[in-house]
Amino acid sequence: MYQKMLVPVDLAHIDKMEKAIQTAIDLATHYKSELCFLAVGTNTPSSVAHSPKEFEQKLSDFAQETAGKSGLKVSADAEIAHDLATDLSKILVRKADELGTDVIVMASHIPGIADHIFSSHGGYVASHADQSVFLVR
Amino acid sequence: MGSEADTGIESPDGAANPIETDYEIGQDNIQTEIGPFGLDVHNPVFMISGLSIVAFVFLTLAFQESVGPMFNDLRGWLTSTFDWFFLSAANIFVILCLFLIVSPLGRVRLGGADATPDYSYSGWFAMLFAAGMGIGLMFYGVSEPISHFSSSIGGTAFGDDGMRTDWAPLGAAVGDADAAFDLGMAATIFHWGLHPWAIYATVALALALFSFNKGLPLTMRSVFYPIFGERVWGWTGHVIDILAVFATLFGLATSLGFGAEQANAGLDFLFGISVTDGSKVFLIIAITGVALISVLAGLDAGVKRLSEINMVLAALLLLFVVLVGPTMDIIKGFFTSLVAYVEYLPALSNPVGRADTNFSQGWTSFYWAWWISWSPFVGMFIARVSRGRTVREFITCVLIIPSLVCVFWMTAFGGTAVHMVSEGVTAIAEAGLPIKLFTMLEQLPMHAITSFLGIILVIVFFVTSSDSGSLVIDTITAGGKVDAPVPQRVFWCTFEGLVAIALLLGGGLGSLQAMAVSTGFPFAIVLLLACFSIIQGLRTEPAAVGPKSEATKADD
Repeated sequence: MYQKMLVPVDLAHIDKMEKAIQTAIDLATHYKSELCFLAVGTNTPSSVAHSPKEFEQKLSDFAQETAGKSGLKVSADAEIAHDLATDLSKILVRKADELGTDVIVMASHIPGIADHIFSSHGGYVASHADQSVFLVR
Repeated sequence: MGSEADTGIESPDGAANPIETDYEIGQDNIQTEIGPFGLDVHNPVFMISGLSIVAFVFLTLAFQESVGPMFNDLRGWLTSTFDWFFLSAANIFVILCLFLIVSPLGRVRLGGADATPDYSYSGWFAMLFAAGMGIGLMFYGVSEPISHFSSSIGGTAFGDDGMRTDWAPLGAAVGDADAAFDLGMAATIFHWGLHPWAIYATVALALALFSFNKGLPLTMRSVFYPIFGERVWGWTGHVIDILAVFATLFGLATSLGFGAEQANAGLDFLFGISVTDGSKVFLIIAITGVALISVLAGLDAGVKRLSEINMVLAALLLLFVVLVGPTMDIIKGFFTSLVAYVEYLPALSNPVGRADTNFSQGWTSFYWAWWISWSPFVGMFIARVSRGRTVREFITCVLIIPSLVCVFWMTAFGGTAVHMVSEGVTAIAEAGLPIKLFTMLEQLPMHAITSFLGIILVIVFFVTSSDSGSLVIDTITAGGKVDAPVPQRVFWCTFEGLVAIALLLGGGLGSLQAMAVSTGFPFAIVLLLACFSIIQGLRTEPAAVGPKSEATKADD
């Protein structure tokens, strides 16, 4: 039913993403679909990486590790935002189309980003993306 | 505009020489929830600067009567005692920048040998301008050339103690209108040309180099790694960052104060809205509100878009003045002013033994202190949008081109106004500082439209300054994280407005300027150290001439 599954990954909080990623793996195994990891970073050094190149490398390492563990096909796509805090949700929606995915599985309410006044990223994606969205809380 | 936004990752970054450190970005941050808001801030830096600012706002508002004179004395003392220091420091920055353009170090590319620029030239320039000068160009574009022209033609005057009491630059030009015009333009361009942009370029280059090439967090303290080593992550660094936050906040508040003053004066001129403290406060609140919307929209949808709109509006206004005003005089004036600038530059930038103390202390020192206090803000903002440029391209574009545009702006607006004054339109010379621009526009056709355009420009510059300023202060107080939660920017944006209001009520523009100068002084010392760091940092970078350079091939 699903060919390509978009999984937004927050490399800074990978430990808190276990549940969402396991959910994605289970669904992908069931529907025999491909996983597509998407991470959005900054061009300035961050706690994850010192340069966009290193950021890209870390994501693709993580994708390969997941592919090895699950036996699924996992691709990686790193994107650089000029202003991550405000643009993340919009980028997720745009990339979901660009990458030709048909379902999005993502964690919601990762501390430090989500809050109640400004809509959470998961909430924004669910209300703006054309694809089916599975929010893991 | 859209396509260049996505280029960040496709190309490799090529050779760079990062600094090895155990410091992890965000390690000293506290992540917490206050009510519904998530926070992610650098512990001592955010706490100390945040609390001091809140205390400052309350104390200034509580003691409105007594703080005004105190601020004025402070400003007078600093600019007269340390005028030689401000003037020398600015000269050093200019020399450093000019040296980097011609030296082989200019071949280093920010972001690594094969990094590609994040922004197109037009978007980049628009943001450079809106951040770097903005409101100041509107405020002083007409008034400063007129002031220097009038004082020059008035000649020198001496007090009982033998000190000069006139405000003319250098030896003045009594009675000679042409010479006074040249001197006045040279003095104005001196304050808006190479020196301010060299100050910005120095800070921006330092930040970009240590962040994009050396892999350190995007915050002032990183620049000092070559000098202080690992100590920059401790209190040495905290002090540097807190100074940067103060300098930014007070520098911004000064500009916001100017903006409110001028927007109010313009509205009074056009629509008869009276100039009172109440209406200024209302303007600051309303404009801060618009800035908040822009903050929430983010860098690309907010600041960048507004900067581009403003560049178009400013260009239209400039074109209008050039075409409708004395066109040939302006074009001729551009070249004669440029020549006059070069001719008077050595004398104007001389830091010691000046006879024209009112000018060199009251104008030049104040300007230098103001630019320096702005520099962490403008510098960090320029740094953030300049990844992928070579050092040579970067300095040429941040130093030479904006300086030339400023010369043109000043000759168009100032030249036209001086032309009118010498033709007998005394209203411009007599009008107050904030109103001079509008008095000049009134002499030209369609003044209702152009004056309105002028007010819009002031307001949009105000918004972009406030917005990008919040972005910068937030990054510094989050320990170099550029993706900290948005509510923090809302906090800083609100407090910039509040500081501007507090200072306006507690002594008006004088207090604003005093605070800008007071924070500029310690920061000037910090910047001199940064010059040394830049040279050190650049010398350890592999040079590159362009994408797919030799430096990268050798690595593969």
